[in-house]
Amino acid sequence: MDRALIPAGLKRCSLPVFGLWMLLLFGVIGWGVFAGAVVLLKAMNVTGLNDYFGFGAYITVDLAIIALGAGAFFSGFLYYGLSRFFPSLKELGKIINLAVVVGFVCYTGALAILVLEIGQPLRAWFGYWHANVHSMLTEVIFCISCYAIVLIVEYVPVVLENRKLCEVKPIKVFGRSLHDVMAIFALTGTFLSFFHQGSLGGIAGVLFGRPYAYRAGLFIWPWTFFLFILSAIASGPAFTALICGVLEKVSGKKLVDRSVYDLIGKIEGVLLSVYIVLKIADTAYWGLVQSPGLGLKMGDFYWGPYGIWLLIAEIGVCGVLPAMILLWPAGRKSNFLLFGAFFLDIAGVSLNRFVMSIPAFAAPVMPFDKWQVYIPTVYETAPTLAMLAYCALIISLSYRYLPLFPREKELNRA
Amino acid sequence: MSEGRHAQGGVRFGMVIDLDKCTGCGACSVACQAENNISFRPDESNKLRSITWMSIFELNNGGHYPDYKYAFLPRPCMHCDSPGHAPCTFVCPVNATTRDENNGIVTMVYPRCIGCRYCIVACPYHARSFNWWDPKWPEPMESMLSPEVSTRMRGVVEKCTFCHHRLLAVRSKAYKDGTDPDKATYTTACADACPAKAIVFGNLLDPQSEAARLSKDPNAFQILKKLNTKPKVYYISAHDWIRKLSDNAVA
Repeated sequence: MDRALIPAGLKRCSLPVFGLWMLLLFGVIGWGVFAGAVVLLKAMNVTGLNDYFGFGAYITVDLAIIALGAGAFFSGFLYYGLSRFFPSLKELGKIINLAVVVGFVCYTGALAILVLEIGQPLRAWFGYWHANVHSMLTEVIFCISCYAIVLIVEYVPVVLENRKLCEVKPIKVFGRSLHDVMAIFALTGTFLSFFHQGSLGGIAGVLFGRPYAYRAGLFIWPWTFFLFILSAIASGPAFTALICGVLEKVSGKKLVDRSVYDLIGKIEGVLLSVYIVLKIADTAYWGLVQSPGLGLKMGDFYWGPYGIWLLIAEIGVCGVLPAMILLWPAGRKSNFLLFGAFFLDIAGVSLNRFVMSIPAFAAPVMPFDKWQVYIPTVYETAPTLAMLAYCALIISLSYRYLPLFPREKELNRA
Repeated sequence: MSEGRHAQGGVRFGMVIDLDKCTGCGACSVACQAENNISFRPDESNKLRSITWMSIFELNNGGHYPDYKYAFLPRPCMHCDSPGHAPCTFVCPVNATTRDENNGIVTMVYPRCIGCRYCIVACPYHARSFNWWDPKWPEPMESMLSPEVSTRMRGVVEKCTFCHHRLLAVRSKAYKDGTDPDKATYTTACADACPAKAIVFGNLLDPQSEAARLSKDPNAFQILKKLNTKPKVYYISAHDWIRKLSDNAVA
């Protein structure tokens, strides 16, 4: 029934099967939209947040999804910016459309959740009008808005590649023209997103009243500014590759050459190694020098559910281990190890965002204060799950109706 | 708006609380609630969500009977005087909370607050509260609210203002009387209400003020001094175990 919309020469599952999948996703999205509407109407008292946990599930998921969406800007930077000097990076062209779609859904999804996160959503525009140039959040507001616009501009030519739309000549010409100037947008996005990822790291790092989160740094930027950028580019392309792997599994088709995964594995291995070495150095300085200077020891930052396991899981299991696998040529050759390492890499960066949003503020600072535990309610989990369902929805629609993978036809000819 | 450096006029309002005099009666807290139109709910048992500008912490020495000792620590906003900005003011993305460099008071602009709660996580003293619900008062309390203080809508952050409206009132009076408004002094509702006279408020830069004199007492201390937040609320206690609880120390 929708065959005319499917790219020529490509096979997709039947419309009823796809319809059922859409129905499931719309169900989750509907549930999340309902929960979000309750938050907006009844106020944030329906969430698990309180005056000790100003940040919770919304912020954690936003930070994580934006870091993972970094595949878009970083792959774009490598492909459009550096491949002229390093021709082997041209391989990324085979996955760049998917990276753009992933970046688009991650950023637009995060923006939707941000509306729920603030107590006065109708005043969200005050961030532009009454901007405090000293606030890291101001930098976030400006960068996320600008980059979301850039991602929309980057996504439009991908949409215009649709078979039916291409039949309309002006649309085809417009789409191709956009393709021609895409390098400019990709590099603009890179610039914006570097700052954006950094300012997200700066949000926690500048809090000099919160020794768990606070980091010294370079000029006005705390070390977390740089660590967030590095961790985002060390995990974003891995996330794109993992989604591509899942699409291949679900569709039963080869979508990109194996060499693309190998290249991403190699790039992520190097970046993750650099990140994890710097993260260990940062943790050592924070725990052994900075905190004792403020009268605290590392043990003061870990308690109950927010125990030392977080540090071991983040740096050891989800940091050092995947970095070693990705640097090891035999590790990259095995699909199990390669995709396992991608998964651990993504889990580690998500865990880092969790640690910097929740345990960092659960730890008491005043000696006579107490630890508290944050438990999100369904009004926080439902919208975040809906956001993930929205991501799956757009990726599914894009895969079905757009020629995302230039090599798909050739790779599945047999 | 707070600028990169202090204007440092001749006024820096601050508070000194003598913990050896404090009985933990809560009069300061109640006076603050009434003075500043702080809303409350029928069930206030969840202290992580109730709005209290002047919270009272119970301190103890960790000993067991008969060595057990306790004290109470009233905690208003510290109106931090850290260089450039207080921990909360420089993180606010919309300049809804700023420090008035003419007197050091950290104020709130409620109609501008977007409720991001970044200031809440920035404050190590937990001096800020979010309005989780619409503010409501039982009949007939709503008609008895102070006209001097604006009520806050749900979804915004609020905190102790050192009864800023009282400062505005004395400054207006000074202006009308033809005297220097910058020399006008006042006191806060909590200091007024304390039956033990444990709370003293005044200009910390005025050597004649009692607050300035007490802040230099050998037993005076600030909370979390190592963080360099430079709180303008001082505490006094002759007990070592209380003073030790003022800051973290690696054993």
